[in-house]
Amino acid sequence: METFDPTELPELLKLYYRRLFPYSQYYRWLNYGGVIKNYFQHREFSFTLKDDIYIRYQSFNNQSDLEKEMQKMNPYKIDIGAVYSHRPNQHNTVKLGAFQAQEKELVFDIDMTDYDDVRRCRSSADICPKCWTLMTMAIRIIDRALKEDFGFKHRLWVYSGRRGVHCWVCDESVRKLSSAVRSGIVEYLSLVKGGQDVKKKVHLSEKIHPFIRKSINIIKKYFEEYALVNQDILENKESWDKILALVPETIHDELQQSFQKSHNSLQRWEHLKKVASRYQNNIKNDKYGPWLEWEIMLQYCFPRLDINVSKGINHLLKSPFSVHPKTGRISVPIDLQKVDQFDPFTVPTISFICRELDAISTNEEEKEENEAESDVKHRTRDYKKTSLAPYVKVFEHFLENLDKSRKGELLKKSDLQKDF
Amino acid sequence: MEFSGRKWRKLRLAGDQRNASYPHCLQFYLQPPSENISLIEFENLAIDRVKLLKSVENLGVSYVKGTEQYQSKLESELRKLKFSYRENLEDEYEPRRRDHISHFILRLAYCQSEELRRWFIQQEMDLLRFRFSILPKDKIQDFLKDSQLQFEAISDEEKTLREQEIVASSPSLSGLKLGFESIYKIPFADALDLFRGRKVYLEDGFAYVPLKDIVAIILNEFRAKLSKALALTARSLPAVQSDERLQPLLNHLSHSYTGQDYSTQGNVGKISLDQIDLLSTKSFPPCMRQLHKALRENHHLRHGGRMQYGLFLKGIGLTLEQALQFWKQEFIKGKMDPDKFDKGYSYNIRHSFGKEGKRTDYTPFSCLKIILSNPPSQGDYHGCPFRHSDPELLKQKLQSYKISPGGISQVDDCGFSLNHPNQFFCESQRILNGGKDIKKEPIQPETPQPKPSVQKTKDASSALASLNSSLEMDMEGLEDYFSEDS
Repeated sequence: METFDPTELPELLKLYYRRLFPYSQYYRWLNYGGVIKNYFQHREFSFTLKDDIYIRYQSFNNQSDLEKEMQKMNPYKIDIGAVYSHRPNQHNTVKLGAFQAQEKELVFDIDMTDYDDVRRCRSSADICPKCWTLMTMAIRIIDRALKEDFGFKHRLWVYSGRRGVHCWVCDESVRKLSSAVRSGIVEYLSLVKGGQDVKKKVHLSEKIHPFIRKSINIIKKYFEEYALVNQDILENKESWDKILALVPETIHDELQQSFQKSHNSLQRWEHLKKVASRYQNNIKNDKYGPWLEWEIMLQYCFPRLDINVSKGINHLLKSPFSVHPKTGRISVPIDLQKVDQFDPFTVPTISFICRELDAISTNEEEKEENEAESDVKHRTRDYKKTSLAPYVKVFEHFLENLDKSRKGELLKKSDLQKDF
Repeated sequence: MEFSGRKWRKLRLAGDQRNASYPHCLQFYLQPPSENISLIEFENLAIDRVKLLKSVENLGVSYVKGTEQYQSKLESELRKLKFSYRENLEDEYEPRRRDHISHFILRLAYCQSEELRRWFIQQEMDLLRFRFSILPKDKIQDFLKDSQLQFEAISDEEKTLREQEIVASSPSLSGLKLGFESIYKIPFADALDLFRGRKVYLEDGFAYVPLKDIVAIILNEFRAKLSKALALTARSLPAVQSDERLQPLLNHLSHSYTGQDYSTQGNVGKISLDQIDLLSTKSFPPCMRQLHKALRENHHLRHGGRMQYGLFLKGIGLTLEQALQFWKQEFIKGKMDPDKFDKGYSYNIRHSFGKEGKRTDYTPFSCLKIILSNPPSQGDYHGCPFRHSDPELLKQKLQSYKISPGGISQVDDCGFSLNHPNQFFCESQRILNGGKDIKKEPIQPETPQPKPSVQKTKDASSALASLNSSLEMDMEGLEDYFSEDS
């Protein structure tokens, strides 16, 4: 896009927090309709300021309080924590043991570095279009499960700003889930097990759970282009040896030979499928599926979650619409309808949208004397004219669904009461 | 529950009413009892239940839960203590009533600390699991309904719609069809242990659970409810404890969980060091005898052995000065430098007597603790020979102690259940010095009391099984064991 200069951050953030950050939508989200008293006021935020100064237990009275503080402190990073029993900024005044985290959205953090053992294009904090497909598949697989298996309705997926994605599940019942259930959900969603010293990380049993079957069906849609073309996982001996390590030794020789004779990964994969299923049929019944093939696909493509992020009710996670200090990219919501088209490299950076804003301002004729008024007025127009607009729209759509649900619940409750 | 001094009235219900108050042989203990009972019955019920729960614990250590032996031994224990366990037996009212009341009494004793609560919940859960496992299928539905669990079986239509998915998800279902299997639809969060391991079909926030798997869920529900109840009980405990009639009993009960801990004995200083060799052959349990022998032979013991044996010696009456002398004398024979001993080892001995650091007066290890923690490895001599030894070696060792047939099986019939090495020592000394007589009864291989010689372990099940039978053939009278000179 354009280069982002981290040294410009203080100035850029100032402008961002004054003119572009979508406070009203943000407050609308975290206030959750004001149905529960003090829900927003008891929410913990943490700020990372310039020079890595980190302050926890920030909390705010209302939207305008939030705005003022953010503009005053100009945080480099904003994290959202739990809703506590008391106002976090007064936690020191609370009797020992009484200050407890009570509710929080269920969150997931999927990070590209966790796939370094299976991507050949980049490693660590780097990403590229060739490996971003891993995130696309992860979103599809996890989102399907959260929606269809667990029945979660309000799922917000957000680009982390550099190398991954986050998911915020905001259903009312979900926010109340215990740590144990959260851990259980992550376990349900986990298939790839083992660290560096484990070669084969996926083992399927004879019975394939519907979750696994449906996940494999999703991976199948992307596998050829992602793994066999872009990642070229069977390109040469070095790369296909890694795959051979995942299948029984008895078929290694046969595979090596057919690999040598083939010209590309696609052909080699066809060979592997044939040999693997023949091997399968010799030891198991016809009834069962092609495990070896699936185990490889899963090891190369299935999402890898960090359980620690999800299980703790008090865990702090980067806030949507905060800025990534290293890349300058805004953590924007991802449109689930257009997951395949999402391109992290086109996500606007803070410098980009600030420049857009400047361009708009100089073109406009009005220059109001009353700054406060003009800020609000400008802000409601401003972000709409920048590249941030479409992402705020996605966020608003998400908020509308939350509102609808809430109204539905309230109606149900009042109906029940009337029925009495 | 009300206690009415000396006089008591027992509620006498007519036949139908009696059955109505306890419709099932098991329950979730949701309602506390509301009768009046005498203090004596109160105490007896409590003690019986403690015995029951301790058996549950011991059986769970000696046998794999759910195996035939475990089941039958637990059942006979329940029968012996006259608690309910099975339907279709004669006059169910009394055992069920005893079960009900005794559970609630124990809540008072076991709500007092995190450790006590955990223990109590664990044993009650195992007990419930057992009872549920023998519940006939047609009774299950009724029980679930009466226990206020929101488990509804789904219709046949719903079953067919999801048949494949359900069968593919549940390891407890074999084959491809559901047949007459009942499937229950419950909120996913209530089926944590099932869904976390992907052992159940999830759809739209609900788990579709076959009857077989409902048990795990029921147990979880039970644990959660009991845990909450104990917390509540703890809060009202001060009021209960202020009743002087109950205070000593409740204290005694919660200590009986760990058994006597043998930390403060009236026999401090009554043992002299030159008696130890003789005592080790007369009154030490095999584990301590083994440790003592190893110490004498090698002039050394590793840390695990020093802990287990050292605390035992403290329990039988050694003073700190004696202990220091005892260990130092032996270690020096192994060419250890006396200064090195003072620097390296004496601190630890003083520490275990509570004279250093945070000054905890450590208590001698119980059998359970020895069996369950810190298994010995190569070069170690601690642990429990019946648990940690190779069966052949154990057999040889016991033969070398000149154990006679029938003797070991009679240990059990002494009238105490053995679960602490110092208890072994005390009882042995009592017998040798003219204490109570041993009952001579025919060998009862079925008794669930843990016998040190025939304690079966999970890992060496068949090997030990054969050992046990041969032990029972080769052993002699108990007195010989205690009085032989070797």
